[in-house]
Amino acid sequence: MAVQVDVPPLAAPVRKTEKRRAFGEVPGLATLAFGFLVFLYLPIAVLVVYSFNAGNIVMVWTGFSTDWYAKAFANEDIRKATLNSLIVAVSATAIATTCATLAALALARGGSFRGKVVSLGVITLPLMVPEIVTAVAMLVFFANLGLNLGLGNVILAHTTFCIPFAFMPIRARLEGMDTTLEQASRDLYASDWETFRLVTLPLLMPGVLAGAMLSFVISMDDFIITLMVAGAGDTTLPVYIYSMIRQGITPEVNAVSSILLLFSILIVTAYWFTTRQKPGAKSH
Amino acid sequence: MTNKATSVSPLHPDPVSRPIEEAGPARTAVELDRVGKIYGHGTTAVEALHEISFDIRDNEFFTLLGPSGCGKTTLLRTLAGFEHVTRGVIRLFGQDIVDVPTHKRPVNTVFQHYSLFPHMTVADNVAYGLRRLKKPADEIRGTVDEMLRLVKMERFADRLPAQLSGGQQQRVALARALAPSPKVLLLDEPLSALDLKLRQAMRQELKQIQARTGITFIFVTHDQDEALSMSDRIAVMSEGHLQQVGTPTEIYEHPVNRFVAGFVGDANFIEAEIASPIGAKVTCRTRGGLELQADATKASSGQRDAVLFLRPEKVRLTEPGAGTVNGTVRDIQYLGNSTLMEIDIGEPASVIVRQSGDVNQPACRPGDTVGVVLDPHALQVLAE
Repeated sequence: MAVQVDVPPLAAPVRKTEKRRAFGEVPGLATLAFGFLVFLYLPIAVLVVYSFNAGNIVMVWTGFSTDWYAKAFANEDIRKATLNSLIVAVSATAIATTCATLAALALARGGSFRGKVVSLGVITLPLMVPEIVTAVAMLVFFANLGLNLGLGNVILAHTTFCIPFAFMPIRARLEGMDTTLEQASRDLYASDWETFRLVTLPLLMPGVLAGAMLSFVISMDDFIITLMVAGAGDTTLPVYIYSMIRQGITPEVNAVSSILLLFSILIVTAYWFTTRQKPGAKSH
Repeated sequence: MTNKATSVSPLHPDPVSRPIEEAGPARTAVELDRVGKIYGHGTTAVEALHEISFDIRDNEFFTLLGPSGCGKTTLLRTLAGFEHVTRGVIRLFGQDIVDVPTHKRPVNTVFQHYSLFPHMTVADNVAYGLRRLKKPADEIRGTVDEMLRLVKMERFADRLPAQLSGGQQQRVALARALAPSPKVLLLDEPLSALDLKLRQAMRQELKQIQARTGITFIFVTHDQDEALSMSDRIAVMSEGHLQQVGTPTEIYEHPVNRFVAGFVGDANFIEAEIASPIGAKVTCRTRGGLELQADATKASSGQRDAVLFLRPEKVRLTEPGAGTVNGTVRDIQYLGNSTLMEIDIGEPASVIVRQSGDVNQPACRPGDTVGVVLDPHALQVLAE
C-alpha cells in the first residue's frame, strides 16, 4: 500500500486505424441523410407553419394568427367529417382488436387444429394486398350485396383492414408469454374464464393496447378504401380534406391537416410508450 | 467409532434407519395403478410412462428421481392434471382423479421456474388460490400472513416478483402453493435454478416445512444428493419405467438393478458367472478368473451370469498379499474430503476405491501394488 512505483505507461499496441468506420463517418452520408430528412419533413413543417398564416393565400406569409383553426372548428362540414372519422376509428378499433385478440388466443393457445397455418396466413394477408385492390373489392362486394348501412359500411371496411394491424402486436405478446403462468392459475383453482380474466388478459394488455392504437391510427388516416366505400353523407376527415383541395388549397386545409397530424403523433407516441414498458418492471 | 450403531442416544434415533411403520399404519395419499402415457400415435408414438404402479403415503416426503427424460416430470404433470394419462388409474385418498380437471384437484404445484404472476404483489400471489376457493377475506389475510411467515417473506408482501431474487421467488412460490393447504404438494425440480449454497439451505428448510405442515410432498429431481438427503422414500425412474421404490438407505445400499446402482451414487460393477448353488451367499467366477464370495439375496434361482456390485467406499486397501486380490494403482484423484483411486485388479473394468482420510490405509502412488479387500457382505449380485 505504502510503496508507490511510478511505472512509465507501457506503449500499448494501439491500432492506428479502425478498419471499419462508424456509419456516420462515411463521407457524405451524414449530408445525404440530413437532406433526405429535410425532403421528408420540410413539407410537413411548412404545412404546419402556414396553418398559422394570417392571409388567405397559402404560400404568402402575412402574419401569425389562429384564425384558420377557429374557422376550421366553426366549419360544420369539417366537424361532421371529424366526428365520422372518430366514430369509424373507435368502432373499427374496438371490433378489430376484439377479433384480433380472439384470433391470437386461438392460434397461440388453442393447441393444434386443422388449418392453423392457413388461418395465420389469411389473417395477415391484408397487410400485403395493395390497398386499391381491397378498396375496389369492397366497393364491388357492398354493391353486389346491396348492403347500404351508411357509416356502417365504412366501419365494416375499416375493421377488415385493421384486424392484421391489431393482430400482430397481440400475437407477439402472447407468444412471448410463459404458458406455465396459466397452468399455475388453473392449479390454484381458477376456472378457464378466471384464468383468462385474471392472468392472461392483464398480461396481454400491453399488446392489446398497442394493437388498438395501431388500428386507430390506420383507420383515422385511411383514404382510398374510405373514398370508395363511403356514401355521400359519410365523409371522413381525410376524404373531406381531399375534396377541399380540389376546390383550391386554403390555409384551412393546412389547419385541419395539422390537427389530424397531431392526433396521429399523440397516438403513435402512446403506442411507443406502451410497447416499451416491460411486464412487472414498474415499481411502487 | 465402530460401535456407532449402539451408541446412538434414544432421544435422537437415526432418522434413516427408523422404519416407516413405527408411525402407525399410514393412509395412502396417492395410488398409481398401471399408469401409462403415450405421446403422439402410430409410428411416431413415444411412451413416456409405462405401467407405473406404486403408492405414496400420507404425510410422506416422496421423491421421483431419474435422469432427464425418464418420465418423472410427466408423472408429476399427470398428478397435477396438466397431462391426461393414456391408461391406468390415479387415486387421491381413494378418489379416482383421472377425469377431474386441474382446477378441481386438491393438489398444488411449485413450478421449476416459480411462475409467479408478474402483475401481482407477493401477497396477491399467495392469496390467489384462496380467493378462487372463495374463502372469507379475513381468513385469506390471516393465511397469507401465516404462509409468508412460514417462508420468512413477511417483509416482502407488497413487492412484485420482479423485485425479488431467485431464492426469494422460490419461497413465495412455495407459500403460494401451500396457502390453500392442498392434500398433496407437487414440487417440480424447485431447487434446480438456485445456486449451490442456497440449494443446500433450502433442502433443510423444505424438509422442515414439510414436517411442520404435515402435507404430503411429491418432489421431482434428477439430483441424487437432494433425493437421498430429503426423502422418506424415493421412486427411481428410467425411460418411462419404474425401477425401484424404497427408503434412501434401501435405494443406496440395496439397489435392485444396475441402473439404480449406477444412477444413485458411484458404483463398481464386476461381471462374473455363478459357480456355486445359489443361497444367501454365492461363489462367482469373474472374467479375470477371480473367485469371489457375494451376497446373493437378489439373485434369481436359474441365474448363470451375474453383475456384482460394490460401492467405492466399501472397498478397503491393505498390504499386498493381505487382501482378496492384489491390484495396481492406476490413478489417484484427491477430492478434499476423500480420495478416489482407480485400481486395476486384472478385470475388464478397474475398481474405484473411495478413501475418507483414514490413517490406517497405506499411502500409495500410481504404479504401487496394493491388496484390495472385496468384502463378501458388501459385494452384491444384482438382479438381471
